[in-house]
Amino acid sequence: MIYGIVVFPGSNCDYDAYQAIKSAGLGQAKYLWHDAADLGDCDLVILPGGFSYGDYLRAGAIARFSPIMRAVTRFAALGGPVIGICNGFQILLEAGLLPGAMRRNSGLRFICKDVYLKAENRDSIFTRGIPADKALRMPIAHAEGNYYGDAETLNDLKAKGRVAFRYCNSDGVIDSDSNPNGSVDNIAGIINDAGNVLGLMPHPERACDALLGSTDGRLIFESIGKAG
Amino acid sequence: MNRFKIRVEVRFKEGVLDPQGETIKNALVNLGYTGVSAVSTAKLFILELAADTEDQALQRAEEMAAKLLANPVIERYSVGPQK
Repeated sequence: MIYGIVVFPGSNCDYDAYQAIKSAGLGQAKYLWHDAADLGDCDLVILPGGFSYGDYLRAGAIARFSPIMRAVTRFAALGGPVIGICNGFQILLEAGLLPGAMRRNSGLRFICKDVYLKAENRDSIFTRGIPADKALRMPIAHAEGNYYGDAETLNDLKAKGRVAFRYCNSDGVIDSDSNPNGSVDNIAGIINDAGNVLGLMPHPERACDALLGSTDGRLIFESIGKAG
Repeated sequence: MNRFKIRVEVRFKEGVLDPQGETIKNALVNLGYTGVSAVSTAKLFILELAADTEDQALQRAEEMAAKLLANPVIERYSVGPQK
């Protein structure tokens, strides 16, 4: 499997993603420059975290018009797997590849800390290797991760099992105390209708090495490698 | 071609929580302005652009607002001449 990691001006988790793929022995990793017209021979695209274009206007609002996003949109339409992490998730929302939008965190602060996540849907290519009831530990680092969808969007996400991850406590209980940023229904990650595009605010690539405190992020990357 | 100044104001839609507005309201109340019951924040863009007529300039600005300046999922916008 060849992972393509898109580098926008202002991306800062591109190397983390690259390193996570390599050190976990998940496959090859390549960087894709934001003004490239195509994705080469990549089998999966990662839009990494950071502050693309300085997060000016709205996080992800300008990055979504990068030339490479046309190629990513075509790739996704043909069923190619795409993961947007943190700023990458914000870009997917702005691009309309996932529904909803991000607001400032309810407490207005930038939050950088470990959180716990529960996989709500364990049938997707991104979550099928995650054990039931496992509370995944990994960091968040964002100021605009307060997920919003209108009632119709939320009903659709729930009815179709498209909520991928929700914030929970260390016992896997989803409650308001575990919600770091005010996201509706503790939503931390969602997938698209076709099941091949995932966006999540927490950073699985920063939780792939025991030295960093958790290897739970690997479960997401390893899920993709598993046969369906 | 003439040049026009157009203002585009972007605000949260009704019903979308505005955490900055809420915090500013609380600060004002704490300062003793107890009559303040709500604060909404907004972004104001002043565009300078070339067009044949003001109507055309407004129409272009409207397009820009829909495409980039506002996120229609959570925001609404209004466009008008900047006096």
